[in-house]
Amino acid sequence: MKKFSIGFAFVSLLIAGVLSYFASGDPDGLDKTVEDTGIAEHAQEHPFAGGTFADYALGGDDRFTGLAGVLGVVVVLALSFGLFWVLRKKSGAR
Amino acid sequence: MHMSDGLLNAPVSVAFLVIAALGVGFALVKARADLDDRTAPMAGLVATFIFAVQMINFPILPGASGHLLGGALAAILVGPYVGALCVTIVLVVQALLFADGGLTALGANVTNMALIGTAAGFLVAVALRKFARKGKGGLAAVAFVSAFVNTLLAATGFIVEYAIGGAGGVEIGKVALLMWGLHALIGIGEGLITAATVTSVASIRPDLVFLLKGNRKPLEVRS
Repeated sequence: MKKFSIGFAFVSLLIAGVLSYFASGDPDGLDKTVEDTGIAEHAQEHPFAGGTFADYALGGDDRFTGLAGVLGVVVVLALSFGLFWVLRKKSGAR
Repeated sequence: MHMSDGLLNAPVSVAFLVIAALGVGFALVKARADLDDRTAPMAGLVATFIFAVQMINFPILPGASGHLLGGALAAILVGPYVGALCVTIVLVVQALLFADGGLTALGANVTNMALIGTAAGFLVAVALRKFARKGKGGLAAVAFVSAFVNTLLAATGFIVEYAIGGAGGVEIGKVALLMWGLHALIGIGEGLITAATVTSVASIRPDLVFLLKGNRKPLEVRS
């Protein structure tokens, strides 16, 4: 399990930290739909739009997208591992 | 597919916050049975992987892109309840830390991607499970189809929500046509990523693939 886990986590780090620089900047399917129909005019600014890591950048500077990605990986891993570890059925007495 | 605040009116946003909370609460209760010392770390890794891959928007048409939603991927690897929780955690972190996806819209976003997408992907995968057991090609095909359906139905979630209480009063047929057309293309990407991921995991640790559980049991005597 150990080797597999480290490998899997490393792949995620690599994707979020490096491959993220090559992501398309075009709107996704839903954004494209709301832009082309004018629905997007009703969109409100995100309450945390001014946040340090908003839009996967650092203070709006998207040269740091990889850093934001790595932070996200660490946060999601910690939260999800913590939640699932607490929720799990404990295996018999050790 | 993360909608911003304001695209749906307030009552509909609140209604879907309630629906999402009920769905996630149900998943929390049911997930326990699927989590043990071995699968809990795997579930954390799956959530993390979905977060990472969701950052990678791939081009589908000039001026339009798509990204993985991850419901079918999660359901195939860790089951529908744990899978729905994986996608929910990703959406919550994206909304709170990266301002990606609105806060009042979080209910609708969770409903579409974590609940509808995961449930749809899982139901298709289970219906086709006998093909998935037939080897790598079969598993890849089942993963692809499940992921494609997951994308289209998650997109349908938005269409329904917009029809009930969307801002701007745009003709629903127009919204549906754009959403389905674009997400049919995105669904191909979702299918390819899901198939590649699931077959990679299955080739290293088939015992960690929820959909294939029971594969390693000794042959049954009775048919």
